[in-house]
Amino acid sequence: MSWLGLLSQLMAIVMALLLAPLMTGWVNQWRARLQNKSAPSLLQPYLVLHKLFNKESVLAEHASPLFRAAPYIVFGCMLLACAIIPTLSTDLPLSPAADAIALVGLFALARVFISLAAMDVGTAFGTMGARREMLVGFLAEPALLMVLFCASMVSRSTSLTTIVETLAHREFTIYPSFLVTGVAFTMVSLAENARVPVDNPETHLELTMIHESMILEYSGRHLALLEWAASLKLLAYSCIGLALFFPWGIAEANAPLALLLALPVLLAKLAVGGFLLALIETLSAKMRVFRVPEFLGSAFLLAVIGLLVNILLGVS
Amino acid sequence: MNSLIHPAAWVHLDWVLVVVLAWLVIGVVGVFALRRFRFVATVLFPVSALFSLLLMALALSAAGSAAEVAVLPIGLPQLPFHLRLDSLSSFFLLVIGGVSAGVSAFAAGYFRQGEGTPPGLICLEYHIFLASMTMVLVADDAYAFMVVWETMALSSFFLVISNHRIPEIRNAGFIYMLVAHVGALGILLCFGVLQANTGDYTFANMRAQHLSPLWASIAFVLAVFGFGAKAGILPVHVWLPEAHPAASSPVSALMSGVMLKIALYGLLRVSFDLLQTRIWWWGALLLAIGLATALFGVVFSTVQVEMKRLLAYSSIENIGLMCSGIGLSLLFSAYGMKTLSALALTAALYHVISHAFFKSLLFCSTGAVMHATGERSLGKLGGLMRYVPWVAWPTLIGVLACAGLPPLSGFVGEWLLLQSFLFTTGLPSSFLNMLVPVLAALFALVAALSGYTMVKYFGVIFLGQPREEKLSQAHDAGMWERIGMVWLAAACVLLGLIPNQVIGLIDPVTQLLVSAGLAHSVSANGWLLVPVSIERASYAPAIFLLGVLACFAVAYMLVRQFYHGRTRRVPPWDCGYPWQTARMQDSAEGFGQPIRQIFEFLFRMKRELPSALDAQPRYRVTVEDPLWYWLYLPVARLVERISKLIGLLQQGRIAVYLMYSFVTLIVVLMVVKR
Repeated sequence: MSWLGLLSQLMAIVMALLLAPLMTGWVNQWRARLQNKSAPSLLQPYLVLHKLFNKESVLAEHASPLFRAAPYIVFGCMLLACAIIPTLSTDLPLSPAADAIALVGLFALARVFISLAAMDVGTAFGTMGARREMLVGFLAEPALLMVLFCASMVSRSTSLTTIVETLAHREFTIYPSFLVTGVAFTMVSLAENARVPVDNPETHLELTMIHESMILEYSGRHLALLEWAASLKLLAYSCIGLALFFPWGIAEANAPLALLLALPVLLAKLAVGGFLLALIETLSAKMRVFRVPEFLGSAFLLAVIGLLVNILLGVS
Repeated sequence: MNSLIHPAAWVHLDWVLVVVLAWLVIGVVGVFALRRFRFVATVLFPVSALFSLLLMALALSAAGSAAEVAVLPIGLPQLPFHLRLDSLSSFFLLVIGGVSAGVSAFAAGYFRQGEGTPPGLICLEYHIFLASMTMVLVADDAYAFMVVWETMALSSFFLVISNHRIPEIRNAGFIYMLVAHVGALGILLCFGVLQANTGDYTFANMRAQHLSPLWASIAFVLAVFGFGAKAGILPVHVWLPEAHPAASSPVSALMSGVMLKIALYGLLRVSFDLLQTRIWWWGALLLAIGLATALFGVVFSTVQVEMKRLLAYSSIENIGLMCSGIGLSLLFSAYGMKTLSALALTAALYHVISHAFFKSLLFCSTGAVMHATGERSLGKLGGLMRYVPWVAWPTLIGVLACAGLPPLSGFVGEWLLLQSFLFTTGLPSSFLNMLVPVLAALFALVAALSGYTMVKYFGVIFLGQPREEKLSQAHDAGMWERIGMVWLAAACVLLGLIPNQVIGLIDPVTQLLVSAGLAHSVSANGWLLVPVSIERASYAPAIFLLGVLACFAVAYMLVRQFYHGRTRRVPPWDCGYPWQTARMQDSAEGFGQPIRQIFEFLFRMKRELPSALDAQPRYRVTVEDPLWYWLYLPVARLVERISKLIGLLQQGRIAVYLMYSFVTLIVVLMVVKR
C-alpha cells in the first residue's frame, strides 16, 4: 500500500461524496431542458440535502431501531461501493477487500435493508414498494453479475482493479460480447436507479412508484441520507459502466500525472453519460409494473448471451 | 481403543464415543423423569448442550490429525462395528457439535410446555437422534452404517410425530418414513454394488475394489438417489415441507441444520472416498440436479404462507446449492483439475457449515415466535420486533446470512461457488464450457431470489403492524432460548468474518477427498480470502464490515455534529391516508404474488375469484407442488394396482395357502434338482 494509493483512495471517496449530488443535478437539468421545462440549478440537490439535514426527523410512532439505522447502512454501503470501483485510479487499497461479486453483494445488502425499513412502519405503500424493489432486485442482481462475469472472463479475474487494468491498459481489442452486455447493463442500471422505463424518480402518490414509496415515511436527516445514497448509487453505476465499457483514462498505480489527468477525463465521461441518461428517460415511457420482469428478464438473457459469445469466440 | 482403563491414552474417537454414551444416558434419565418438565428442560438439555460443546472441541482438535480406527464388539457375532474417524467425519462432527449446542440450549427453554408426547420421551428420542447422527459419521462398515442410519431415521420419525394426535402430523410422518426407507433401500443396494461380490462389507474393502465404469456409475446413481432422498433433492424432496412443519422447532432445526448434512456426508463418502473412479457425467448430473433443486426450492419458498414450510423449501434450495458445488467438484476432479476441484468442494462444505447454523437459527426463531404468539401462519403475524426483540435481532442475522449477503456466513460459500463457476471455462469439453455460464446465471438467480424470500420472512413476521390483536401480548424469549439463538447467530457472524480459519478446517477434508486444498494460498494472505491468486479474486469480510461500519459511524457523527439529532414521533404518514389499518399491509400471499406470476409454469395453482356481486367476497389461491401429480400419485396408483393383483392370491382360506406352499416347494425342488 503506497502513499499514492492511499491518496487516490481518499480522493475517490471524497470525490464520490461531492460529485454524486452534482451528477443528479446534471441529469435533472438536462432532463428538464429536453422536456422543454425551465431547468433547476445544477446545485439544487445540494440545497435539498442542506434543507433536509436542517429539518427535524419525523418518525412513525412505532418505527423500530431498524428503521432509523437503515439510512445510515444504505449510505455506508453506497459509499463503500463508490470507494472500491476504480474511477480515477486502479491503485485502490480498499479494492482487494471486495471484488465484483462482493460489489453486487453490497448493493444487495443495501437493497435488503431499505426494503426491510420500508416494511417496518407497516403502511400499504411501504410494503408494496418493498415487494416491488425486491422484484426488481432479484432480476437485476443476477443480470449485473453476469455483465461483470463477462468482463471477468476477458481479464480472468473478478477483481475490479484487474478488470479495469486489463481492459484499459494491457490490450486494446473490441469484444463483441461487450456490445450485448452493454445493452444489458444499461437496462439493469435504469432499473436499479429507479429511472424512467421502470420507475420514475419524480413521482409521488402514484401506484406505479417503487423507490419513492419505500422512502415515503422518511424525513429530515434520514431522508437526506437516503437521497444522497441514491445519488451515490447513480454515480456508482455510472462508474461501473465507464470502467467496463470506456475504461480509458483511469490512472494506473504509481502514476501521479495520470491521476491528475484522470479527474477531468472522468468528469467529461460522466457529463456525456448523464446527458445520455436524461435522453433515454425523455424518449421512453414508463412501463407497467408487470412489464418490468420481462424488461429485466431480457437484460438477464442478454448478459448470458454475452457470456456465451465470449466462450464461442474463445476469449478467455 | 487403546486402553479403556487409561483415559489419558484415549484418542479422539474414544471421546466421541463417550459423548454418544453420555447422550444416551441423558435420554434414559429423561425416561425416568417422564413428566417432570422442569427437570428435563432445565437440567437434562443444558447438560446435553455441554456435551455438544465437548464434541465440537473434539472435532476441532481432530481436524487434520491422522485417521483413527476402532472395532466395537457389539451387534451380531462375526459382525462387529468398525469405526473410523477421519477429517471428513470430524468436519461434520463439528457441524453436529456446534449446531446441537445451540439447539439443545434453545430446547431447554422450548420444551417447558411439552407437546403431545411427554417431555421425558422427547428427551430420549432427541438424544438417540443426536447419538445416531454422530455414529453415522464414524461408522466404517456398511452394516454399522445402515444400523445407525436407520436408528437416525426412526428416532427422527418419532420426533416428527411427537404431536401425533393431529392427523396431518401422522400423515407427514408417514410420508417421511416412506421416503426415508425408499432412500435407505438405494443406499443398501449401493453398498451391495460397492463390495463387488467379495462379501466383505467394511469400507476399507470397498476402497480397495476397482469397479468397472458401469458398476461404479450404478453405485453412484444409487448413492445420489439414496442419500438424496434424505437430503431432499428433486424429485424426492416431498417429505421435507411436510415433516418440518410437523416437528417441533428444535427438532426441525436439527433435521434441517444437521440431518440433511449427514445425508450429504454419505454422498461425499461414497462418491469421493469409497469409489475410486470418477466419471465426468457424474458431476454434470449432480450439478444439474442440484441447480434444478435449488431453483425449485427457492421459487416455492417465496410463495409459502406458513413459516416453517417456507424455511423447509429454503432448505431444499440450499441443499441444491451444496449439491451443485459437489457436482462441480466431481466434474473438475474427473478431469484431473485438483485445485479447482478443491475450490468447489470447499465452497460446498463452507455452505454446509454456514447453512447448518443459519437454518437452525431460523427454525429456532419460528419456535420462539410460536411460543410467543401461538401462531404459525405468516398471515396472522406482524410487528413482532417491538414485542420480542430477543427473537427478532438474532433472526435478522440469520435472515441476512440466509440471503447470502456480505459480510455474513452465507455469502462466503456463494462467493467461493461463483468463483469456481467462473473457472469452469478451462474444461476440456466445449459442451460443458457452453453450459456452465448458463448454470452460473441460474445460480445467481437462485441466490438473488433467496433474498426475496428472506425479506418476506422477516418483514412479514417481525416488521410492520401486528395483524392480530393478541400479538401485542406476545412475550419475549426466555433465558435458554436467548442463549441458544445468540450462540447460533454469533456463529453466523463469525463464520462470515473469518473465512480463512474456516477454510483451514476444511482443508484436511479436501486434501483427503481430492488431494488438494486451498490452505496454502489462503494462509499466505492474512485477512484477505484469496482462493487462487490475488489478481484473480479476493475478498476480506472483516475489512468490508469495518468499511460499512466506518461509513455508518462517520455519517452518524457528522450529521450530529453539523446539524442536530432532533426527532419527533407521530402516527405514520402513508401519503396522508388516515384510515390505515394493519390489514392494508402486504400479506404473505401478496408478497409472493409477483413470483407466482413469473414462475407460473412451476406451480399447480387453483384460484377462486369472487364475483362482483358477492356480499362477502373471498379470494383464495392454493399453490401445490406439481410433482405430486406428475410423479407420486401415478407411482402410488401403480403400486396400488400391483398390490390389488397380488391381492387376488389372498383367498383367506388356509387350504389355499397350504396349496401355495406345496406348489412353491415342488417348483423349488425341480429347480434344485436340475
